[in-house]
Amino acid sequence: MKDKRMSLDDVVGELRSGMTIGIGGWGSRRKPMALVRAILRSDLTDLTVVTYGGPDLGLLCSAGKVRKAYYGFVSLDSAPFYDPWFGKARTTGAIVSREMDEGMLKAGLEAAAARLPFLPIRAGLGSDVFTFWEGELKTVTSPYPAPDGRSETLTAMPALNLDAALVHLDLADEHGNAAYTGIDPYFDDLYCMAAERRYLTAERVVSTEELVKTVAPQQLLLNRMMVDGVIEAPNGAHFTFAGDYKRDEKFQRHYVEAAKTPESWQQFTDTYLAVSEDEYQAAVRRFAEEA
Amino acid sequence: MTSTETITRAEYCAVACAEIFDGAGEIVASPMTPMATLGARLARLTTEPDLLMSDGEALLFADTPPLGGKSPIEGWIPFHKVFDVLASGRRHVVMGANQIDRFGNQNLSAFGPHQQPTRQMFGLRGAPGNTINHATSYWVAKHNKRVFVDAVDIVCGVGYDKVDPDNPAFRFHKIHRVVTNLGVFDFEGPDHTMRARSLHPGVTPEEVAENTSFEVAGLADAPVTAAPTAEQLRIIREVLDPKKIREREVPTA
Repeated sequence: MKDKRMSLDDVVGELRSGMTIGIGGWGSRRKPMALVRAILRSDLTDLTVVTYGGPDLGLLCSAGKVRKAYYGFVSLDSAPFYDPWFGKARTTGAIVSREMDEGMLKAGLEAAAARLPFLPIRAGLGSDVFTFWEGELKTVTSPYPAPDGRSETLTAMPALNLDAALVHLDLADEHGNAAYTGIDPYFDDLYCMAAERRYLTAERVVSTEELVKTVAPQQLLLNRMMVDGVIEAPNGAHFTFAGDYKRDEKFQRHYVEAAKTPESWQQFTDTYLAVSEDEYQAAVRRFAEEA
Repeated sequence: MTSTETITRAEYCAVACAEIFDGAGEIVASPMTPMATLGARLARLTTEPDLLMSDGEALLFADTPPLGGKSPIEGWIPFHKVFDVLASGRRHVVMGANQIDRFGNQNLSAFGPHQQPTRQMFGLRGAPGNTINHATSYWVAKHNKRVFVDAVDIVCGVGYDKVDPDNPAFRFHKIHRVVTNLGVFDFEGPDHTMRARSLHPGVTPEEVAENTSFEVAGLADAPVTAAPTAEQLRIIREVLDPKKIREREVPTA
Protein backbone atom coordinates (compact mmCIF):
# COMPACT_ATOMS: atom_id res chain seq x y z
CA MET A 1 0.00 0.00 0.00
CA LYS A 2 1.14 3.52 -0.78
CA ASP A 3 2.87 5.72 1.74
CA LYS A 4 1.18 9.05 1.02
CA ARG A 5 3.05 11.16 3.53
CA MET A 6 4.23 14.51 2.24
CA SER A 7 4.97 18.01 3.53
CA LEU A 8 2.70 21.05 3.67
CA ASP A 9 4.82 22.68 0.98
CA ASP A 10 4.55 19.55 -1.20
CA VAL A 11 0.78 20.04 -1.16
CA VAL A 12 1.07 23.67 -2.16
CA GLY A 13 3.39 22.58 -4.98
CA GLU A 14 0.60 20.44 -6.39
CA LEU A 15 -1.95 23.28 -6.32
CA ARG A 16 -2.27 25.87 -9.09
CA SER A 17 -3.56 29.42 -9.24
CA GLY A 18 -7.16 29.56 -10.43
CA MET A 19 -8.12 26.23 -8.85
CA THR A 20 -11.36 25.53 -7.00
CA ILE A 21 -10.46 24.42 -3.49
CA GLY A 22 -12.82 22.96 -0.88
CA ILE A 23 -11.88 23.44 2.76
CA GLY A 24 -13.32 21.04 5.37
CA GLY A 25 -14.42 21.74 8.93
CA TRP A 26 -17.15 24.19 9.89
CA GLY A 27 -16.83 27.86 10.91
CA SER A 28 -14.00 27.97 13.43
CA ARG A 29 -14.07 24.20 13.95
CA ARG A 30 -11.42 21.68 12.83
CA LYS A 31 -10.17 23.74 9.91
CA PRO A 32 -7.03 22.62 8.03
CA MET A 33 -5.28 25.81 9.12
CA ALA A 34 -1.71 24.54 8.62
CA LEU A 35 -2.54 24.06 4.93
CA VAL A 36 -4.21 27.48 4.79
CA ARG A 37 -1.05 28.98 6.25
CA ALA A 38 1.04 27.10 3.68
CA ILE A 39 -1.06 28.64 0.89
CA LEU A 40 -0.52 32.07 2.46
CA ARG A 41 3.26 31.53 2.16
CA SER A 42 2.95 30.64 -1.55
CA ASP A 43 2.35 32.70 -4.68
CA LEU A 44 -0.94 30.89 -5.40
CA THR A 45 -3.71 33.30 -6.29
CA ASP A 46 -7.07 33.65 -8.06
CA LEU A 47 -8.56 30.78 -6.05
CA THR A 48 -12.21 29.78 -5.89
CA VAL A 49 -12.96 28.60 -2.36
CA VAL A 50 -15.83 26.34 -1.26
CA THR A 51 -16.33 26.33 2.51
CA TYR A 52 -18.51 26.38 5.58
CA GLY A 53 -16.47 29.45 6.24
CA GLY A 54 -14.45 30.64 9.18
CA PRO A 55 -10.96 32.11 9.55
CA ASP A 56 -9.81 29.81 6.72
CA LEU A 57 -11.58 31.99 4.18
CA GLY A 58 -10.76 35.13 6.17
CA LEU A 59 -7.02 34.49 6.14
CA LEU A 60 -7.01 33.62 2.44
CA CYS A 61 -8.84 36.91 1.78
CA SER A 62 -6.29 38.78 3.93
CA ALA A 63 -3.58 37.87 1.43
CA GLY A 64 -5.70 38.48 -1.67
CA LYS A 65 -5.73 34.79 -2.61
CA VAL A 66 -9.45 34.53 -3.33
CA ARG A 67 -11.29 35.49 -6.50
CA LYS A 68 -14.60 33.78 -5.81
CA ALA A 69 -16.18 32.13 -2.78
CA TYR A 70 -18.98 29.57 -2.44
CA TYR A 71 -20.14 29.55 1.20
CA GLY A 72 -23.21 29.34 3.41
CA PHE A 73 -21.80 31.63 6.07
CA VAL A 74 -18.53 32.88 7.48
CA SER A 75 -18.32 32.82 11.26
CA LEU A 76 -15.73 32.67 14.01
CA ASP A 77 -18.36 30.79 16.10
CA SER A 78 -17.58 32.81 19.24
CA ALA A 79 -17.33 36.53 20.04
CA PRO A 80 -16.61 38.68 18.10
CA PHE A 81 -18.14 36.26 15.54
CA TYR A 82 -17.53 38.19 12.30
CA ASP A 83 -14.30 37.50 10.44
CA PRO A 84 -12.56 40.83 9.78
CA TRP A 85 -10.83 39.94 6.50
CA PHE A 86 -13.86 38.31 4.93
CA GLY A 87 -15.78 41.46 5.87
CA LYS A 88 -13.17 43.67 4.21
CA ALA A 89 -13.09 41.50 1.08
CA ARG A 90 -16.86 41.76 0.79
CA THR A 91 -17.24 45.48 1.54
CA THR A 92 -14.49 46.34 -0.96
CA GLY A 93 -16.01 44.06 -3.60
CA ALA A 94 -12.73 42.12 -3.81
CA ILE A 95 -14.38 38.71 -4.22
CA VAL A 96 -17.24 37.35 -6.28
CA SER A 97 -19.77 36.00 -3.79
CA ARG A 98 -21.79 32.85 -4.34
CA GLU A 99 -23.50 32.90 -0.97
CA MET A 100 -26.05 30.14 -0.36
CA ASP A 101 -28.08 28.27 2.22
CA GLU A 102 -25.99 25.89 4.34
CA GLY A 103 -27.95 22.86 3.16
CA MET A 104 -27.35 23.82 -0.47
CA LEU A 105 -23.59 23.54 0.07
CA LYS A 106 -24.04 19.99 1.33
CA ALA A 107 -26.25 19.18 -1.67
CA GLY A 108 -23.65 20.63 -4.04
CA LEU A 109 -20.91 18.47 -2.54
CA GLU A 110 -23.17 15.41 -2.63
CA ALA A 111 -23.91 16.02 -6.30
CA ALA A 112 -20.19 16.33 -7.08
CA ALA A 113 -19.39 13.23 -5.01
CA ALA A 114 -22.02 11.24 -6.93
CA ARG A 115 -20.93 12.69 -10.31
CA LEU A 116 -24.39 14.18 -10.79
CA PRO A 117 -24.89 17.57 -12.48
CA PHE A 118 -27.16 18.82 -9.66
CA LEU A 119 -29.41 17.76 -6.81
CA PRO A 120 -32.85 19.24 -6.16
CA ILE A 121 -33.40 21.02 -2.85
CA ARG A 122 -36.17 23.24 -1.50
CA ALA A 123 -33.70 25.66 0.14
CA GLY A 124 -33.10 28.79 -1.87
CA LEU A 125 -36.61 29.23 -3.24
CA GLY A 126 -38.00 32.68 -2.50
CA SER A 127 -34.71 33.90 -0.99
CA ASP A 128 -31.93 36.10 -2.38
CA VAL A 129 -29.65 33.10 -3.05
CA PHE A 130 -30.54 33.48 -6.73
CA THR A 131 -29.53 37.17 -6.66
CA PHE A 132 -26.12 36.25 -5.22
CA TRP A 133 -25.57 33.71 -7.99
CA GLU A 134 -26.19 36.18 -10.83
CA GLY A 135 -27.77 33.66 -13.19
CA GLU A 136 -25.44 30.80 -12.27
CA LEU A 137 -28.16 29.02 -10.25
CA LYS A 138 -31.20 27.41 -11.88
CA THR A 139 -34.40 25.71 -10.83
CA VAL A 140 -35.77 22.34 -11.91
CA THR A 141 -39.37 21.23 -12.21
CA SER A 142 -40.16 17.79 -10.87
CA PRO A 143 -41.34 15.23 -13.44
CA TYR A 144 -43.48 13.69 -10.67
CA PRO A 145 -46.69 15.21 -9.33
CA ALA A 146 -46.82 16.77 -5.85
CA PRO A 147 -49.56 15.47 -3.48
CA ASP A 148 -51.96 18.08 -4.91
CA GLY A 149 -51.30 16.95 -8.48
CA ARG A 150 -49.28 20.00 -9.47
CA SER A 151 -45.50 20.00 -10.09
CA GLU A 152 -42.94 21.28 -7.65
CA THR A 153 -40.23 23.60 -8.89
CA LEU A 154 -37.08 23.25 -6.78
CA THR A 155 -33.61 24.73 -6.59
CA ALA A 156 -31.26 22.74 -8.86
CA MET A 157 -28.13 22.88 -6.73
CA PRO A 158 -25.20 22.40 -9.13
CA ALA A 159 -22.37 20.01 -8.31
CA LEU A 160 -19.56 21.78 -6.47
CA ASN A 161 -16.75 20.00 -8.27
CA LEU A 162 -13.45 20.62 -6.52
CA ASP A 163 -9.94 20.57 -7.98
CA ALA A 164 -8.63 19.94 -4.48
CA ALA A 165 -9.97 19.28 -1.00
CA LEU A 166 -8.12 20.22 2.20
CA VAL A 167 -9.26 18.60 5.46
CA HIS A 168 -7.89 18.16 8.97
CA LEU A 169 -8.61 15.08 11.08
CA ASP A 170 -7.33 13.94 14.44
CA LEU A 171 -5.71 10.61 13.68
CA ALA A 172 -4.55 9.04 10.39
CA ASP A 173 -2.28 6.39 8.96
CA GLU A 174 0.22 6.92 6.13
CA HIS A 175 -2.22 5.51 3.57
CA GLY A 176 -4.96 8.05 4.21
CA ASN A 177 -7.30 6.17 6.52
CA ALA A 178 -8.37 8.73 9.10
CA ALA A 179 -10.63 9.35 12.09
CA TYR A 180 -12.15 12.28 13.92
CA THR A 181 -12.12 12.10 17.71
CA GLY A 182 -14.43 15.07 18.27
CA ILE A 183 -18.21 15.09 18.25
CA ASP A 184 -18.99 16.02 14.64
CA PRO A 185 -17.57 14.68 11.36
CA TYR A 186 -18.68 17.87 9.59
CA PHE A 187 -18.55 17.27 5.82
CA ASP A 188 -14.91 16.29 5.35
CA ASP A 189 -15.80 12.98 3.69
CA LEU A 190 -17.99 14.79 1.16
CA TYR A 191 -15.25 17.34 0.39
CA CYS A 192 -12.85 14.50 -0.35
CA MET A 193 -15.35 12.66 -2.52
CA ALA A 194 -16.12 15.86 -4.47
CA ALA A 195 -12.44 16.56 -5.29
CA GLU A 196 -9.86 15.48 -7.85
CA ARG A 197 -6.96 15.77 -5.38
CA ARG A 198 -7.46 15.20 -1.64
CA TYR A 199 -5.05 16.39 1.06
CA LEU A 200 -5.37 15.39 4.69
CA THR A 201 -3.55 16.91 7.63
CA ALA A 202 -3.77 15.02 10.90
CA GLU A 203 -2.75 15.69 14.48
CA ARG A 204 -0.89 12.38 14.47
CA VAL A 205 0.03 9.85 11.80
CA VAL A 206 0.22 6.38 13.31
CA SER A 207 0.25 2.78 12.11
CA THR A 208 -3.00 1.36 10.74
CA GLU A 209 -3.03 -1.02 13.70
CA GLU A 210 -2.82 1.82 16.22
CA LEU A 211 -5.39 3.89 14.31
CA VAL A 212 -8.08 1.22 14.37
CA LYS A 213 -7.25 0.30 17.97
CA THR A 214 -7.56 3.92 19.16
CA VAL A 215 -10.98 4.84 17.72
CA ALA A 216 -14.36 3.23 17.22
CA PRO A 217 -14.86 2.03 13.63
CA GLN A 218 -17.63 4.61 13.17
CA GLN A 219 -15.05 7.39 13.72
CA LEU A 220 -13.06 6.28 10.66
CA LEU A 221 -14.49 8.98 8.41
CA LEU A 222 -11.98 8.69 5.57
CA ASN A 223 -10.52 5.62 3.93
CA ARG A 224 -7.43 5.58 1.76
CA MET A 225 -9.22 5.77 -1.60
CA MET A 226 -10.50 9.19 -0.52
CA VAL A 227 -7.04 10.65 0.16
CA ASP A 228 -3.98 11.45 -2.00
CA GLY A 229 -1.67 13.10 0.50
CA VAL A 230 -1.16 12.78 4.26
CA ILE A 231 0.64 15.37 6.34
CA GLU A 232 1.29 15.15 10.06
CA ALA A 233 0.44 18.59 11.47
CA PRO A 234 0.24 18.70 15.27
CA ASN A 235 -2.01 21.55 16.41
CA GLY A 236 -2.67 21.97 12.70
CA ALA A 237 -6.21 23.23 13.18
CA HIS A 238 -5.06 26.06 15.47
CA PHE A 239 -6.64 28.50 16.30
CA THR A 240 -9.84 26.62 15.47
CA PHE A 241 -10.60 23.54 17.56
CA ALA A 242 -10.01 19.86 16.82
CA GLY A 243 -10.97 16.64 18.55
CA ASP A 244 -8.32 16.85 21.23
CA TYR A 245 -8.09 20.59 21.90
CA LYS A 246 -10.35 23.61 22.22
CA ARG A 247 -10.48 26.73 20.12
CA ASP A 248 -7.76 29.21 21.13
CA GLU A 249 -10.23 31.98 21.93
CA LYS A 250 -7.53 34.39 23.09
CA PHE A 251 -5.57 33.95 19.87
CA GLN A 252 -8.72 34.25 17.74
CA ARG A 253 -9.50 37.57 19.43
CA HIS A 254 -5.88 38.61 18.81
CA TYR A 255 -6.37 37.80 15.11
CA VAL A 256 -9.45 40.03 14.98
CA GLU A 257 -7.74 42.84 16.89
CA ALA A 258 -4.63 42.65 14.70
CA ALA A 259 -6.74 43.16 11.57
CA LYS A 260 -7.80 46.62 12.76
CA THR A 261 -4.76 48.62 11.60
CA PRO A 262 -2.17 48.07 8.86
CA GLU A 263 0.61 48.30 11.45
CA SER A 264 -0.82 45.66 13.79
CA TRP A 265 -1.61 43.38 10.85
CA GLN A 266 1.94 43.72 9.53
CA GLN A 267 3.18 42.67 12.94
CA PHE A 268 0.75 39.71 12.99
CA THR A 269 1.89 38.69 9.52
CA ASP A 270 5.58 38.95 10.41
CA THR A 271 5.09 36.93 13.59
CA TYR A 272 2.64 34.26 12.48
CA LEU A 273 2.18 34.09 8.72
CA ALA A 274 5.46 34.89 7.00
CA VAL A 275 7.06 32.02 8.88
CA SER A 276 7.20 28.22 8.67
CA GLU A 277 4.60 26.04 10.40
CA ASP A 278 7.15 25.12 13.09
CA GLU A 279 7.90 28.80 13.69
CA TYR A 280 4.15 29.52 13.79
CA GLN A 281 3.63 26.89 16.47
CA ALA A 282 6.58 28.24 18.47
CA ALA A 283 5.17 31.78 18.21
CA VAL A 284 1.76 30.51 19.36
CA ARG A 285 3.39 28.89 22.40
CA ARG A 286 5.10 32.20 23.23
CA PHE A 287 1.75 34.00 22.82
CA ALA A 288 0.15 31.59 25.29
CA GLU A 289 2.95 32.08 27.81
CA GLU A 290 2.96 35.86 27.54
CA ALA A 291 -0.79 36.28 27.63
CA MET B 1 -43.00 31.52 47.41
CA THR B 2 -42.18 33.10 44.08
CA SER B 3 -43.23 36.72 43.96
CA THR B 4 -45.54 37.50 41.06
CA GLU B 5 -45.70 41.17 41.98
CA THR B 6 -42.52 42.23 40.25
CA ILE B 7 -42.57 40.38 36.96
CA THR B 8 -39.91 41.79 34.66
CA ARG B 9 -40.16 42.48 30.95
CA ALA B 10 -37.58 39.76 30.36
CA GLU B 11 -39.85 37.25 32.11
CA TYR B 12 -42.78 38.18 29.88
CA CYS B 13 -40.44 37.67 26.89
CA ALA B 14 -39.33 34.26 28.16
CA VAL B 15 -42.91 33.07 28.50
CA ALA B 16 -43.79 34.45 25.05
CA CYS B 17 -40.81 32.55 23.62
CA ALA B 18 -42.02 29.39 25.38
CA GLU B 19 -45.49 29.78 23.85
CA ILE B 20 -43.91 29.69 20.39
CA PHE B 21 -43.70 25.92 20.92
CA ASP B 22 -47.31 25.32 22.00
CA GLY B 23 -48.44 22.09 20.35
CA ALA B 24 -45.04 21.42 18.75
CA GLY B 25 -44.84 17.83 20.02
CA GLU B 26 -41.85 15.58 19.36
CA ILE B 27 -39.66 17.81 17.17
CA VAL B 28 -36.31 19.56 17.52
CA ALA B 29 -36.52 23.05 19.00
CA SER B 30 -33.63 25.13 17.66
CA PRO B 31 -33.41 28.42 19.51
CA MET B 32 -30.48 30.55 18.34
CA THR B 33 -30.34 33.12 21.16
CA PRO B 34 -30.31 32.96 24.99
CA MET B 35 -33.88 34.29 25.38
CA ALA B 36 -35.29 31.86 22.81
CA THR B 37 -33.33 29.07 24.52
CA LEU B 38 -34.83 30.02 27.86
CA GLY B 39 -38.26 29.96 26.24
CA ALA B 40 -37.74 26.56 24.61
CA ARG B 41 -36.53 25.04 27.86
CA LEU B 42 -39.43 26.57 29.76
CA ALA B 43 -41.77 25.01 27.21
CA ARG B 44 -40.11 21.64 27.68
CA LEU B 45 -40.52 21.81 31.45
CA THR B 46 -44.19 22.83 31.20
CA THR B 47 -46.36 22.26 28.13
CA GLU B 48 -44.02 20.51 25.66
CA PRO B 49 -42.15 17.71 27.44
CA ASP B 50 -41.48 15.84 24.18
CA LEU B 51 -39.33 18.58 22.57
CA LEU B 52 -35.80 17.59 21.54
CA MET B 53 -32.96 20.02 22.18
CA SER B 54 -29.31 20.09 21.25
CA ASP B 55 -26.41 21.48 23.21
CA GLY B 56 -25.58 23.81 20.31
CA GLU B 57 -22.81 21.48 19.14
CA ALA B 58 -23.92 17.92 18.26
CA LEU B 59 -25.53 16.28 21.29
CA LEU B 60 -29.17 16.04 22.33
CA PHE B 61 -29.90 16.90 25.95
CA ALA B 62 -31.78 14.21 27.91
CA ASP B 63 -32.66 16.71 30.64
CA THR B 64 -33.41 20.41 30.60
CA PRO B 65 -30.42 22.21 32.11
CA PRO B 66 -30.24 25.88 33.11
CA LEU B 67 -28.77 28.34 30.59
CA GLY B 68 -25.08 27.52 30.32
CA GLY B 69 -25.57 24.28 32.25
CA LYS B 70 -24.81 20.68 31.45
CA SER B 71 -27.12 17.72 31.02
CA PRO B 72 -26.91 14.00 30.36
CA ILE B 73 -27.49 13.25 26.70
CA GLU B 74 -30.02 11.19 24.79
CA GLY B 75 -28.67 11.37 21.25
CA TRP B 76 -26.37 12.67 18.55
CA ILE B 77 -27.25 15.34 16.00
CA PRO B 78 -24.18 16.51 14.06
CA PHE B 79 -24.65 19.16 11.40
CA HIS B 80 -25.41 16.75 8.56
CA LYS B 81 -28.27 15.28 10.57
CA VAL B 82 -29.61 18.77 11.28
CA PHE B 83 -30.00 19.25 7.53
CA ASP B 84 -31.81 15.93 7.26
CA VAL B 85 -34.17 16.86 10.09
CA LEU B 86 -34.96 20.32 8.79
CA ALA B 87 -35.81 18.95 5.34
CA SER B 88 -38.13 16.45 7.04
CA GLY B 89 -39.93 19.31 8.77
CA ARG B 90 -39.58 18.01 12.35
CA ARG B 91 -38.05 21.24 13.60
CA HIS B 92 -39.02 24.73 14.76
CA VAL B 93 -36.23 27.29 14.67
CA VAL B 94 -36.18 30.62 16.49
CA MET B 95 -33.66 32.83 14.71
CA GLY B 96 -32.51 36.36 15.35
CA ALA B 97 -32.78 39.06 12.70
CA ASN B 98 -30.71 42.08 11.73
CA GLN B 99 -33.67 43.18 9.61
CA ILE B 100 -37.26 41.98 9.25
CA ASP B 101 -40.06 43.42 7.13
CA ARG B 102 -43.86 43.41 7.19
CA PHE B 103 -44.07 40.09 5.32
CA GLY B 104 -41.54 38.37 7.58
CA ASN B 105 -38.56 38.51 5.23
CA GLN B 106 -35.46 38.36 7.40
CA ASN B 107 -31.85 39.44 6.88
CA LEU B 108 -28.81 38.25 8.82
CA SER B 109 -26.41 38.30 5.86
CA ALA B 110 -25.22 41.83 5.16
CA PHE B 111 -26.39 45.43 4.69
CA GLY B 112 -26.28 46.99 1.25
CA PRO B 113 -25.75 45.52 -2.25
CA HIS B 114 -25.27 41.76 -2.51
CA GLN B 115 -21.85 41.78 -4.21
CA GLN B 116 -20.44 44.75 -2.30
CA PRO B 117 -22.26 45.28 0.97
CA THR B 118 -21.63 48.20 3.30
CA ARG B 119 -21.53 45.86 6.29
CA GLN B 120 -20.99 42.10 6.30
CA MET B 121 -22.64 39.91 8.93
CA PHE B 122 -22.96 36.08 8.90
CA GLY B 123 -24.27 35.36 5.43
CA LEU B 124 -27.48 33.50 4.61
CA ARG B 125 -26.69 30.62 6.99
CA GLY B 126 -29.62 28.19 7.18
CA ALA B 127 -32.34 30.83 6.86
CA PRO B 128 -33.53 30.00 3.30
CA GLY B 129 -33.73 26.28 4.12
CA ASN B 130 -35.29 26.76 7.53
CA THR B 131 -38.08 29.01 6.33
CA ILE B 132 -39.04 26.92 3.33
CA ASN B 133 -39.00 23.61 5.21
CA HIS B 134 -40.62 24.12 8.60
CA ALA B 135 -42.03 26.55 11.13
CA THR B 136 -39.77 29.51 11.85
CA SER B 137 -40.07 32.20 14.51
CA TYR B 138 -37.93 35.22 15.34
CA TRP B 139 -36.73 36.74 18.58
CA VAL B 140 -35.72 40.42 18.49
CA ALA B 141 -34.35 41.84 21.75
CA LYS B 142 -34.43 45.48 20.59
CA HIS B 143 -37.56 46.34 18.65
CA ASN B 144 -36.67 49.43 16.60
CA LYS B 145 -36.84 50.86 13.08
CA ARG B 146 -33.37 49.61 12.20
CA VAL B 147 -34.61 46.04 12.62
CA PHE B 148 -38.24 46.42 11.54
CA VAL B 149 -37.60 47.92 8.12
CA ASP B 150 -39.69 48.74 5.08
CA ALA B 151 -37.68 46.26 2.99
CA VAL B 152 -34.78 44.02 3.98
CA ASP B 153 -31.52 44.47 2.05
CA ILE B 154 -31.02 40.71 1.56
CA VAL B 155 -33.78 38.10 1.82
CA CYS B 156 -32.37 35.26 3.94
CA GLY B 157 -35.47 34.01 5.75
CA VAL B 158 -38.33 33.88 3.23
CA GLY B 159 -41.36 36.09 3.89
CA TYR B 160 -44.96 35.63 2.80
CA ASP B 161 -44.76 37.92 -0.25
CA LYS B 162 -42.06 35.62 -1.71
CA VAL B 163 -44.27 32.53 -1.57
CA ASP B 164 -45.21 31.42 -5.09
CA PRO B 165 -48.81 30.16 -4.84
CA ASP B 166 -48.35 28.22 -8.08
CA ASN B 167 -45.40 26.26 -6.70
CA PRO B 168 -46.34 23.52 -4.20
CA ALA B 169 -42.68 23.45 -3.05
CA PHE B 170 -43.63 26.38 -0.80
CA ARG B 171 -46.30 24.39 1.07
CA PHE B 172 -44.25 23.94 4.25
CA HIS B 173 -43.47 27.66 4.66
CA LYS B 174 -44.72 29.07 7.95
CA ILE B 175 -43.48 32.15 9.81
CA HIS B 176 -45.10 31.49 13.15
CA ARG B 177 -44.23 34.29 15.58
CA VAL B 178 -42.05 37.29 16.18
CA VAL B 179 -41.38 37.95 19.86
CA THR B 180 -39.69 41.24 20.78
CA ASN B 181 -39.02 43.28 23.90
CA LEU B 182 -42.23 45.16 23.09
CA GLY B 183 -44.72 42.45 22.18
CA VAL B 184 -45.76 39.30 20.38
CA PHE B 185 -46.55 39.31 16.66
CA ASP B 186 -47.63 36.96 13.89
CA PHE B 187 -48.38 37.33 10.16
CA GLU B 188 -52.15 37.09 10.24
CA GLY B 189 -52.57 40.74 9.16
CA PRO B 190 -53.95 41.63 5.67
CA ASP B 191 -52.04 39.69 2.95
CA HIS B 192 -49.97 37.90 5.60
CA THR B 193 -48.49 41.07 7.05
CA MET B 194 -47.27 41.47 10.61
CA ARG B 195 -49.99 41.68 13.23
CA ALA B 196 -49.78 42.40 16.95
CA ARG B 197 -51.00 39.47 19.06
CA SER B 198 -50.19 41.16 22.36
CA LEU B 199 -48.11 43.98 23.81
CA HIS B 200 -46.11 43.57 27.00
CA PRO B 201 -47.37 45.48 30.08
CA GLY B 202 -46.45 49.17 29.87
CA VAL B 203 -46.00 49.12 26.09
CA THR B 204 -48.36 51.36 24.14
CA PRO B 205 -49.46 50.94 20.51
CA GLU B 206 -47.74 54.28 19.84
CA GLU B 207 -44.42 52.95 21.12
CA VAL B 208 -44.60 49.98 18.75
CA ALA B 209 -45.64 52.21 15.83
CA GLU B 210 -42.77 54.63 16.51
CA ASN B 211 -40.30 51.75 16.50
CA THR B 212 -41.55 50.01 13.36
CA SER B 213 -40.99 51.29 9.81
CA PHE B 214 -44.26 49.80 8.55
CA GLU B 215 -47.85 49.66 9.74
CA VAL B 216 -48.51 46.83 12.18
CA ALA B 217 -52.00 45.32 11.95
CA GLY B 218 -54.13 44.98 15.06
CA LEU B 219 -52.04 47.34 17.18
CA ALA B 220 -54.91 49.29 18.71
CA ASP B 221 -56.79 46.14 19.71
CA ALA B 222 -53.85 44.07 20.93
CA PRO B 223 -54.34 42.72 24.45
CA VAL B 224 -51.67 42.78 27.14
CA THR B 225 -49.31 39.80 27.02
CA ALA B 226 -50.48 37.18 29.50
CA ALA B 227 -48.57 37.20 32.76
CA PRO B 228 -46.37 34.24 33.61
CA THR B 229 -47.89 31.84 36.09
CA ALA B 230 -46.29 31.37 39.49
CA GLU B 231 -44.93 28.01 38.28
CA GLN B 232 -43.42 29.53 35.13
CA LEU B 233 -41.78 32.26 37.20
CA ARG B 234 -40.38 29.71 39.62
CA ILE B 235 -38.87 27.69 36.77
CA ILE B 236 -37.40 30.77 35.09
CA ARG B 237 -35.95 32.25 38.28
CA GLU B 238 -34.89 29.18 40.24
CA VAL B 239 -34.32 26.43 37.69
CA LEU B 240 -33.41 27.71 34.22
CA ASP B 241 -31.91 31.16 34.71
CA PRO B 242 -30.83 31.85 38.30
CA LYS B 243 -27.97 34.00 36.95
CA LYS B 244 -30.48 36.28 35.18
CA ILE B 245 -28.88 35.93 31.76
CA ARG B 246 -32.30 37.05 30.43
CA GLU B 247 -31.63 40.54 31.79
CA ARG B 248 -28.66 40.96 29.44
CA GLU B 249 -30.96 40.90 26.42
CA VAL B 250 -33.90 42.69 28.05
CA PRO B 251 -32.67 44.76 30.99
CA THR B 252 -35.06 45.88 33.69
CA ALA B 253 -35.49 49.62 33.32
